[in-house]
Amino acid sequence: MEEKTFIEQLKERFGGKVKDALEISGETILIIEKEYLLSLMTALRDQPFEFNMLLDVTCVDYLGQEPRFEMVYHLFSLPRTRRLRIKVRLSPEDLTVESLTSLWKNANWLEREVYDMFGVQFSGHPDLRRLLTYEEFEGYPLRKEYPLRKRQPIIPMRK
Amino acid sequence: MLTRIQKEARPDSLLLNMGPSHPAMHGTIRIMLELDGERVLNSEVEIGYLHRGFEKICENRTYFNLLPYTDRLNYVSPLINNLGYAMTMEKMLGIDVPERAQFIRVILSELSRISDHLTCLAAMAMECGAFTVFLYTIKAREYCWDVIEYTTGARMTTSFIRIGGVRADLHPAYEESLKVAIDETRKVLKDIHGLLDKNKIFLMRTRDIAVMSQEEAIAYGWTGPALRSTGVFYDVRKAQPYSMYDRFDFEVPLGERGDNFDRYLVRMKEMEQSLRIIEQAARKIPPSSAPVVTGGMEPAQAIHDSRSKRVLGPIRLSPNLEGSEKAVYPGILSLDSRSVIPPKEETYTSMEGLISHFKFFMKEAGIRPPKGEVYFSVEGGNGELGYYIVSDGSDRPYRLHLRAPCLHILAALEYLIRGRYVADIIPTFGSMNIICGELER
Amino acid sequence: MTGMAANFISTKFNYMLGWGRKYSLFQYPFITACCGMEYMAAACAHFDLDRFGAGWTRFSPRQADMILVTGTITQKEAPVLRTVYEQMCEPKWVIAIGACAVSGGIYDNYAVVQGIDKIIPVDVYIPGCPPRPEMILDALLKLQQKVQTEGHDWRWKKRRS
Repeated sequence: MEEKTFIEQLKERFGGKVKDALEISGETILIIEKEYLLSLMTALRDQPFEFNMLLDVTCVDYLGQEPRFEMVYHLFSLPRTRRLRIKVRLSPEDLTVESLTSLWKNANWLEREVYDMFGVQFSGHPDLRRLLTYEEFEGYPLRKEYPLRKRQPIIPMRK
Repeated sequence: MLTRIQKEARPDSLLLNMGPSHPAMHGTIRIMLELDGERVLNSEVEIGYLHRGFEKICENRTYFNLLPYTDRLNYVSPLINNLGYAMTMEKMLGIDVPERAQFIRVILSELSRISDHLTCLAAMAMECGAFTVFLYTIKAREYCWDVIEYTTGARMTTSFIRIGGVRADLHPAYEESLKVAIDETRKVLKDIHGLLDKNKIFLMRTRDIAVMSQEEAIAYGWTGPALRSTGVFYDVRKAQPYSMYDRFDFEVPLGERGDNFDRYLVRMKEMEQSLRIIEQAARKIPPSSAPVVTGGMEPAQAIHDSRSKRVLGPIRLSPNLEGSEKAVYPGILSLDSRSVIPPKEETYTSMEGLISHFKFFMKEAGIRPPKGEVYFSVEGGNGELGYYIVSDGSDRPYRLHLRAPCLHILAALEYLIRGRYVADIIPTFGSMNIICGELER
Repeated sequence: MTGMAANFISTKFNYMLGWGRKYSLFQYPFITACCGMEYMAAACAHFDLDRFGAGWTRFSPRQADMILVTGTITQKEAPVLRTVYEQMCEPKWVIAIGACAVSGGIYDNYAVVQGIDKIIPVDVYIPGCPPRPEMILDALLKLQQKVQTEGHDWRWKKRRS
């Protein structure tokens, strides 16, 4: 019953901004529109929810569905030991979302990785560059249309 | 093309590159420094030199086949990665694991955690000049690996903890080797405490260097021993207990100042707590459903007989299948037949067994979780190791993402070394325990 | 000196040179991934590399004879490996440790070089994922045999890369 009141607290606090609030197998998931992301995250970080740790930022490519990309944020509250997952849908024509570097410091590298792998632009990010692949890499590897075995060597190979 | 630090550098400072291949035996990370004499003014960390495309390759393998890839993530504690993946899948599929398997999992993952901390301290001490500590810890690690090797067959990358349980039962000689390992590790820990705890050189290199406050650590998303060294109490094994950890009596050591020395001391104390958990688990483990399996028909004879009649007696399996006989199955693997491999006796001597084996491994069949997504985390050697799996109902994951604790810890390195000497970077980097396999997947 | 006398002296000299070289190999462990753990185990007290003369790791390519490439080499790391190899002085040997260095290992994708012999010439290949420390010792013995028996060209011109 703690979880139910948690979802209800979320719904009544954020009301119109939340598109959907689910609870599946013990996990609470909020689906929101991308315009409200930064304000929602700021409110979640403060009292009374106290989600003071950003665990993870990632993206999923649903090829064939519209809107195609889905940003997934995992938040964690240390004082209350509670987890939350927030999902935002993005379409390929408008692949930008607000950056969370002003709220949590590790968002810097996490968003760089999402940019590297998927090509999502983060507005307000101080230094958006590739993190895991090299600068000359063309394409975004984790998108579904990128072939697994495509070779892009930096230096010429022998034989 | 210019990197960020080249663009921002002052005209009279020195730019130094601590390149991807360097003696700090933690793998390949490039640190670019802007120096004024010996002091670091600015720095930039570049990673990606071990990006092996783990997440992309997992989208092309079945759930069972991608288990060896998870071993090679945090390669100093491979069984913990296996455990995280197996538990995520078990949460998604909703299957229960028998008790004996859970105890075996706890023993092996605590041994992996000890080996992880030993390796981290070995490298950190060697870089500070204490070469003896390196040799002692690697010796202790060999004993721990011996125990793992007796049961799993491999020293490092084992792929032993499977979805639904473990692959085989404990080796009959595991108790003696476990006792030897625990005693040797305790001796080595005592030696290292004596060598390093009050050692003036080590203290001068690590005390009050790279101090991290609690608020900063939480803002950076630190977890694990690094966060506990700043004084914040968060351990996944205590906060959200999984797999029998709530039955064991162990403490979670906390540090005070969040400097390098505290990170070292927290790891040392955690190893002692892991040894306590292993001893309790070894005492409390429920007995096997078939203590010692000896005797039985020769496999060739059994296969020959099965063509004409049903084979009922026990069959002696070949040595590489030791521990996974049908008689021990109820203790080590769950009863859900869609997610575990059927026992070899049935596969080779009965039609139903052969068909279920075939269906398990074929494409388009085997483990097929329902559509949906799940996130589960375990306490890895460095912190909260989380798996986020999205399934679309087929036999391959649609998306598998790993929450790597190292990434968040390393993101703070630029902040920690600002204003310090070049020589301080080495113990700082060593105390963070950066494992590139996990950092860059 | 002509004929057999010259041959006798040159073969004896080659033998002495080979003997000296093989028992004093300075190694540069280019460690990237999991195989590095097994290399560390091979270099430490349990399985000792030092008893074969190859104990001192020289963490500088300028001072090393032998480079031990352990672990996966990715496309981003390939130029680094090539630069390090070219910085080494002749005579030099390369050992590829682990399945990833030999042929790309289990990673057949966009990010991994499928074997380091696509970048540098390799003398000894050690398969395994990871190979046991005894295999690393065995490979060292095979390399020592190779160093002993390969013809030492007086003009120091060796393999073309």
